[in-house]
Amino acid sequence: MRTLRFILQKEFRQIFRDKGILRIIFILPIMQLIVLPMAADYEMKNIQIAVTDHDHSDYSRKLISKITASGYFKLVSYDDAFNQSMKQVELDKADLILEIPASFEKELVKEDKASLFIAVNAINGVKGSLGGAYLAAIIRSFNNDVRMDWVQFPRFNPEPQIEVASSNWFNPHMNYKLFMVPGILVLLLTMVGTNLTAINIVKEKEIGTIEQINVTPIKKYHFILGKLIPFWVLGLVVMSLGFVVARVVYGIVPIGSFVTIYVFAAVYLLAVLGLGLLISTYSATQQQAMLVSFFIMMIFVLMGGLYTSIDSMPEWAKWITKFNPVSYFIDVMRLVVLKGSTLADIKQQLLSISAFAVGLNLWAVYSYRKRS
Amino acid sequence: MSYAVTIASISKTYGAKQKLVQALSNISLNVEKGELFGIIGPDGAGKTSLFRILTTLLLANEGHATVDGLDVVKEFKAIRNRVGYMPGRFSLYQDLTIEENLSFFATIFNTTIEANYDLIKDIYIQIEPFKTRRAGKLSGGMKQKLALCCALIHKPSVLFLDEPTTGVDAVSRKEFWQMLKGLKEQGITILVSTPYMDEASLCDRVALMQSGKLMQVDSPRNIIHSFPHKIMAVKGSNMLQLLNTLKQTKGVADAYAFGEYHHAVLEDGITTLPIEQVEMKIVQPDIEDCFIALMKDHAAQ
Repeated sequence: MRTLRFILQKEFRQIFRDKGILRIIFILPIMQLIVLPMAADYEMKNIQIAVTDHDHSDYSRKLISKITASGYFKLVSYDDAFNQSMKQVELDKADLILEIPASFEKELVKEDKASLFIAVNAINGVKGSLGGAYLAAIIRSFNNDVRMDWVQFPRFNPEPQIEVASSNWFNPHMNYKLFMVPGILVLLLTMVGTNLTAINIVKEKEIGTIEQINVTPIKKYHFILGKLIPFWVLGLVVMSLGFVVARVVYGIVPIGSFVTIYVFAAVYLLAVLGLGLLISTYSATQQQAMLVSFFIMMIFVLMGGLYTSIDSMPEWAKWITKFNPVSYFIDVMRLVVLKGSTLADIKQQLLSISAFAVGLNLWAVYSYRKRS
Repeated sequence: MSYAVTIASISKTYGAKQKLVQALSNISLNVEKGELFGIIGPDGAGKTSLFRILTTLLLANEGHATVDGLDVVKEFKAIRNRVGYMPGRFSLYQDLTIEENLSFFATIFNTTIEANYDLIKDIYIQIEPFKTRRAGKLSGGMKQKLALCCALIHKPSVLFLDEPTTGVDAVSRKEFWQMLKGLKEQGITILVSTPYMDEASLCDRVALMQSGKLMQVDSPRNIIHSFPHKIMAVKGSNMLQLLNTLKQTKGVADAYAFGEYHHAVLEDGITTLPIEQVEMKIVQPDIEDCFIALMKDHAAQ
């Protein structure tokens, strides 16, 4: 116990002496937490639209003004020929083309039916598909308006219509920041935990201090605990700072209890630190450790359910996410912050992450050798 | 009398089958208690590998070794409590101060600076004025003194110093050997490796190593005594030309530069050389002469 105390004292001393690392631990995550959620906006605004209007009628103008009034679209050109609009797409000035045929108004009035053509620039897939969907919704609503104006409805609908009313539970305004901020916080925590541990131990290898430690009677678990505990504490501090930022900048207050989050985070950090430790035992230089953890982080971010919903992934990819500790924490964070889940609700995730913590650390301790 | 260190047929190879490097081959030697034992050899001779095996950092492929009567494989935990090791590269925490480094290493050996202060006093006094300075900011000589203090702080019975004087200036080197003499008087067995042959004469006994093999183990005096040839020291105005001339002269077995003179190893029965206008004198062979002869013999084999 006494040995451990002195090792911890030494580790903390070294961490607080390295001003560069301190800045990285505390300032960078906060900056990122402030900037990233603002930028990572799921809502599409300023979708550039080009309109080819062959009709030049009252209705076509009404439709166009309805589209531009929605706030999602910006009219970049209003042309007479499709080729002209296509040019805008080719110049990357337009994301969508709406073609209104010559007989649009006439058919709509006379035959009660008209067709429109939407061409989508799918280079930016998300923008294209969302833009297409928004546009379709606007046209649908335009359609209803027209019918209201012109068609005398019978007392009952001739065809049964199903009206769908949706309500967004737990995030009524679909405020994407509410689910992005906790997710980004998880990523930052993971990054700090994995990288710092891995690099710290590999640094001892590089400088040769580990050699000096290895000839002493320090026990393996003393040395490893001495490395893990400081970063575990730092990780919790970073997370607390993150919640302060979430409260101050975004006004996000978890509906669930902080106790639930901290209990889960405590176990989660152990798993992440264990991963860092594992990387360090297999790397000889800091570059190696950096690269390995960088690639792992990449998978963690993309397969963590932050940007793409895990439920919409193919079956094999869902299996990969099961081996990604980040996905559990993002899940739990959202459950607790948005839905107010309790420890009992997240039991499954807690068990899984405990298994990660135990497995990764045992593997790391096993592969750390005091002699070659 | 029991030995402080025994090494019996130790062999160590590195690398896979195709690129096998024989770092140590069949090394056997014993070091007596309280001895100042030097392991001399050029870079790549296997000195560091041998030290790492003895300090339980490396496993040998073959052979046995004991340190302070303890087996390096089976009783490595006990050994780690009793040996002091100063690696060739400075490996203390550069971001901790002198005092912090020293007290850290004291505490992990379950002792304090005060408890063993008398052992390190002579050395520590020299760096104590800078005790709040970070180890990374120290000069080479001070780093080395700090490393020695840290290796000594738990009062080891055997001290391993891996090339402690490499990269240190001549004055500091002399000082360092003086310190080792002082430690020896306190009863600590010291194994020191060095690539500098002139330091051999400062040891009680030396082992000469080359390419993983042990060539000779004896006291410096005996080694010099057993040197079979006479040495002629020669000095002239054009030293480079003189060396070439010497090498071609009949009766000279070998010639090499030696400080401001050239040394010519004379064949039996030769007492003078037919070279004019040079300063010539028969000198006592130095330990370096013995080593040069041994290494050349070895290389020829």
